[in-house]
Amino acid sequence: MLMRLKHDLTMAEAARTPGGARVDLLAVADMVAPGAKVLDVGCGDGELLRLLAETRGVDGRGIELSREGVNECVAKGLAVIQGDADTDLADYPDDAFDYVVLSQTLQATRQPRIVLEHMLRIGRHGIVSFPNFGHWRIRLQILLGGHMPRTDNLPYAWWESPNIHFCSIKDFRELCHVVGARMEKSVALDAWGRALRFNAPWWTWNLLGEQGVFLLSRRDRTAAALSGAAR
Amino acid sequence: MVEADFSIVSDPADRAREADNPHSRVVRFGMDKPLSLDAGIDLAPFQIAYQTYGTLNAERSNAVLICHALTGDQHVANVHPVTQKPGWWETMVGPGRPIDTERYFVICPNVVGGCMGTTGPASTNPKTGMPWGLDFPVITIRDIVRAQAMLLDHLGIASLFSMAGGSMGGMQVLQWCASYPQRVFSALPIATSTRHSAQNIAFHEVGRQAVMADPEWRHGRYFAEGTNPRRGLAVARMGNHITYLSDAALHRKFGRRFQDRDNPTFSFDADFQVESYLRHQGISFVERFDANSYLYLTRTMDYFDLAADYGGVLANAFKDTPTRFCVISFTSDWLFPTSDSRAIVHALNAGGARVSFAEVVTDKGHDAFLLEEPELFDIVRGFLEGAAKARGLPPARG
Repeated sequence: MLMRLKHDLTMAEAARTPGGARVDLLAVADMVAPGAKVLDVGCGDGELLRLLAETRGVDGRGIELSREGVNECVAKGLAVIQGDADTDLADYPDDAFDYVVLSQTLQATRQPRIVLEHMLRIGRHGIVSFPNFGHWRIRLQILLGGHMPRTDNLPYAWWESPNIHFCSIKDFRELCHVVGARMEKSVALDAWGRALRFNAPWWTWNLLGEQGVFLLSRRDRTAAALSGAAR
Repeated sequence: MVEADFSIVSDPADRAREADNPHSRVVRFGMDKPLSLDAGIDLAPFQIAYQTYGTLNAERSNAVLICHALTGDQHVANVHPVTQKPGWWETMVGPGRPIDTERYFVICPNVVGGCMGTTGPASTNPKTGMPWGLDFPVITIRDIVRAQAMLLDHLGIASLFSMAGGSMGGMQVLQWCASYPQRVFSALPIATSTRHSAQNIAFHEVGRQAVMADPEWRHGRYFAEGTNPRRGLAVARMGNHITYLSDAALHRKFGRRFQDRDNPTFSFDADFQVESYLRHQGISFVERFDANSYLYLTRTMDYFDLAADYGGVLANAFKDTPTRFCVISFTSDWLFPTSDSRAIVHALNAGGARVSFAEVVTDKGHDAFLLEEPELFDIVRGFLEGAAKARGLPPARG
């Protein structure tokens, strides 16, 4: 998560709607129920929290590693604390939030699996978005260029990148299986921020999606919900 | 001069007058409305001196309580009646300031145990007609807050839009949120802690011993005996003042520079600028502060341990709190370090509170909360803006 804010500023060059909103954030916002309680882990300068407050009326909180990002958020009136996803999520009680969001954060954590597990524990739902390392352009750069890939979403040279745990959409599905997460919704965005066809096979998402956005819940909780035992 | 020069210090009688008949609004509570102290004593009668700024709206929903620190007082944003200096938080509180007196009704009371008009050891004990001195009961942060709640009841303010305070003021903010969560809509505990650390107690003890070692202290009876323990109190202040700064700030301000001379005098004169500065701090403090009040209020801070009142679990102090918090610390504050603020944030998170936490980068140490820190102002302004929106207060003019 180091230099996460800079990453977000770079993401400012990512695909946006004519209205100016980042398409990957809109994809995240689409998955959040109105009025929900949301924790945005690695919230950067607070763009997503603001979007969620304005369009979804959520009660949003944020954790951000960079001090400048935090202070910017707090000065905007957002409830954000300075903290580290890898160490500070352990302090949150179970089911404290309706949604825990890792927007472009998971790949920058030291222990993605533990972060994901905490996310599913703290939130009734988890939303994860990340740059897909399986995208054809990235595959091509390694295959033909023989160097670590650099794209609009992954603009860093390998020696200064805050992104230390790359994964493809295929890899992420595997991790979800390992931690017992159920995928409730999935969206893959192409280079222009357009959602890929919903019924396309997974392997095409993994090849053509520049980013993946996933709504998760804990499998055991889903079972409980279906039997009417939980909310 | 080898010792500090106190010739400029005004007559201690001026200060004594301020303790009973202050240049402030005063509310007096009679024998029928005692302040029940943690020490098991009912303090009655007693009085609270306070200042207000701005106007209370018709809904009584825009009140902001400011809690002052150890050596502060109620004169937040007006010229101080004793020192003639500007208010201690004029950069933060006032028209168009982050705590905007054109929008909010700001109240700042002098704490119980203080010496600027709220009942304290310098006040006249009605039983004897003499200053209380060491007969005054030991006061806790909870007592101070209880008295403030009585003041708000008196003013007809059921719930505060916000409250803010640094250091000991922040302790009061935290105690308020634990004692009266329903009465605090939003809160800004700044450069503070939920318990006074061993190191901080140690510094206070050095200060107290300096006061008591002054032969003019006379076991607290200096008013009656016509003496003034100014040297002891000045030394106490000098020692404490170092803890409010930082190594970097002292170096930036003074370095090893000489005061009005080019060479050392090979004596114990104040050769260095930093010595001269500290002596000045000591002298100007003595002018406005009561030695016994210093003893009592340092004790008040020492006794503060919020978690202890909640079975040792800090989170329980804030369980299901409805208050919106903004916790602020400063990178170079080693008296109330960021780790103390982080502990508050963890407890608030565990209790599900809506909390913001920012650490401001500065080399000014603990004192930074009183100084020109644009980042601090932006954070306070933004936080209050968000809270005002949530409270339904009208937006700022202009």
